[in-house]
Amino acid sequence: MSASGKEPVAVVGIGQTKHVAARHDVSIAGLVREAAVRALADAELTWADIDAVVIGKAPDFFEGVMMPELYLADALGAVGKPMLRVHTAGSVGGSTALVASNLVAARVHRTVLTLAFEKQSESNAMWGLSLPVPFQQPLLAGAGGFFAPHVRAYMRRTGAPDTVGSLVAYKDRRNALKNPYAHLHEHDITLEKVQASPMLWDPIRYSETCPSSDGACAMILTDREGAARSPKPPAWVHGGAMRSEPTLFAGKDFVSPQAGKDCAADVYRQAGITDPRREIDAVEMYVPFSWYEPMWLENLGFAEEGEGWKLTEAGVTELDGDLPVNPSGGVLSTNPIGASGMIRFAEAALQVRGQAGEHQVPDARRAMGHAYGGGAQFFAMWLVGAEPPAS
Amino acid sequence: MPGTPRTRRHAREVAVIAFAQSDHLRRTDELSEVEMVMPVLHQVLAQTGLKAGEIGFTCSGSSDYLAGRAFSFTMTLDGVGAWPPISESHVEMDGAWALYEAWVKIQTGEADTALVYSYGKSSPGSVRDVLTRQLDPYYLAPLWPDAVALAALQAQALIDAGETDEAGLAAIGARSRAAASANPHAQLTGAVPQGDYQVAPLRTGDCPPVGDGAAAVILAAGDVARRLCGRPAWITGIDHRIEAHSLGLRDLTDSPSTRIAAEHAGVFEGPVDTAELHAPFSSQEVVLRKALGLGEGVSVNLSGGALAANPMMAAGLIRIGEAAARIHRGESDRAVAHATSGPCLQQNLVAVLEGDRA
Repeated sequence: MSASGKEPVAVVGIGQTKHVAARHDVSIAGLVREAAVRALADAELTWADIDAVVIGKAPDFFEGVMMPELYLADALGAVGKPMLRVHTAGSVGGSTALVASNLVAARVHRTVLTLAFEKQSESNAMWGLSLPVPFQQPLLAGAGGFFAPHVRAYMRRTGAPDTVGSLVAYKDRRNALKNPYAHLHEHDITLEKVQASPMLWDPIRYSETCPSSDGACAMILTDREGAARSPKPPAWVHGGAMRSEPTLFAGKDFVSPQAGKDCAADVYRQAGITDPRREIDAVEMYVPFSWYEPMWLENLGFAEEGEGWKLTEAGVTELDGDLPVNPSGGVLSTNPIGASGMIRFAEAALQVRGQAGEHQVPDARRAMGHAYGGGAQFFAMWLVGAEPPAS
Repeated sequence: MPGTPRTRRHAREVAVIAFAQSDHLRRTDELSEVEMVMPVLHQVLAQTGLKAGEIGFTCSGSSDYLAGRAFSFTMTLDGVGAWPPISESHVEMDGAWALYEAWVKIQTGEADTALVYSYGKSSPGSVRDVLTRQLDPYYLAPLWPDAVALAALQAQALIDAGETDEAGLAAIGARSRAAASANPHAQLTGAVPQGDYQVAPLRTGDCPPVGDGAAAVILAAGDVARRLCGRPAWITGIDHRIEAHSLGLRDLTDSPSTRIAAEHAGVFEGPVDTAELHAPFSSQEVVLRKALGLGEGVSVNLSGGALAANPMMAAGLIRIGEAAARIHRGESDRAVAHATSGPCLQQNLVAVLEGDRA
């Protein structure tokens, strides 16, 4: 069956919480409901308009609740409705949106609430990510310990100067100042401060590292008919894909995983994109450590191999550059892990809806949301546009 | 109704074309989860002749809390052999919901085949204690009410409502384990003593065995299914619904979520000859039979059901697989398969499976 047999999918509502280090004022249920209510308000819909709920988050150990969707059914208005729980490691926010999108595309449901969250203050993500099991390297000390060697490999492979990482962090933290929902609002940020921050996992410095956030993000996805009733311009899904590859094996390229390349290629094929660098106006990319911006620029086909850092260095990825990357401030400024992928997807949708406020990229018509997880092995991406898909 | 065409309620015809499961065992200390899953994956692929790389979409179900570590599913994915990279997803739910996600994926037209698998090892910990961690973390979980105690509340409510009695419950357990004698994978079979009260009114014989196990299913669309399977088990309807979490907000003698799911799946649109119900406690079969409107003529849990083997996260997928296998063998024409999750049947999935009529 051709892709044209699918129902077009539109994003008509987006809601986020203000992301912070610790939301002591709300329960997990209170946190997710806040985002969901904002998404419903944005779409001018009520709970009764929702046919199904698709929820995602990263490991249950992060909050210490096994299968929390069971307890959250009431808070998300899911009673009497279908509720699915997705878990694909760090890419989960993106995967969750894609599973929800497929429900509409397959015409199984017409209007779906999708939501992702993490309330990291309820436990310690650093140790939740350090896997004390046989047959794995002990004491990776969180995600930074795992990814730092791959950043070093990228630097060695491409000859990138060691200043590039700090440029990304400085840009994203400044962008975050324009995003009222971003966790880190460092009003006194300077490039020198980023470069002077302590080295955590060489070559990754403290200020080139994502924070631990409490937060939730929700979207309302609907069909063509639902989009016609939308009070605000919808964002249309032009392509979406997931790809996975094994964690560890001899042929794996940790610097530029094949699953990421394949996933992007599938999305571009669906969306009819042949030159992503020219045809895409904004990218919300999963960059938890600053060096992943130049790495993913290459992996996603925005730059030739070995050239990604040159785009960053030339200012192409700045908010006023010609390929803005993470205008919201990105994962480097806000990281409720399970929600981070969905925030990327939602921020891409905000851009093409023209609803991104101070961090709006002027006249953004096509934007990409990107998420990855595990040992750079799970990928989820979508491409959204201001116009409905052609077919 | 011979000659009646199958109902078409969705764009694409999708069928279960293969099913495999492990032997379900009280302990599997010598096996990692990957080692437990791998033979099942090989068996299910061998039934169709497909290789992992030829599958259009892969989806799995499991729980980090059983494995005792975050991202536990990444290890099993390595076992699947996701290279070159595959289109893949995972639900932190019973594999029945992974099958649902895969079914949706095939409905979009983006895949023609799907591999679905799930697994769980309950033996490393105390599953009664572990399951308390899925309750409301602020008000309920700190009290550590375990799954058997919660099921006992439901059983007592049924007895108080006159829906069953202890003898009736005992008969369900005895019938299930007698049926399981014909199931080489089952954990508890034959004349198992009803035993002492675990939590009154539930005795040992009313409760599921604790064990480890895995299952896998292959789905295929239309002509692909016809080519790879002699008698595909067409999923003519599938739906799932959730209820409020708090037991105080629910009538425990009823399962409205099962009934709604059954209506959407089309259960009531024709006669059913077979039912595979995921009822870990004997009392829950009473609730499900009523919600699904199953008469005496329906063969219920000829596999032995969850009272004979209840590998967490796989037991629901196994119900779909067992129902499909009966259709593959020509022993059923229209079967209903059911999976549950959460305390006292909070969340329920219902699928209708049909074989082509002669």
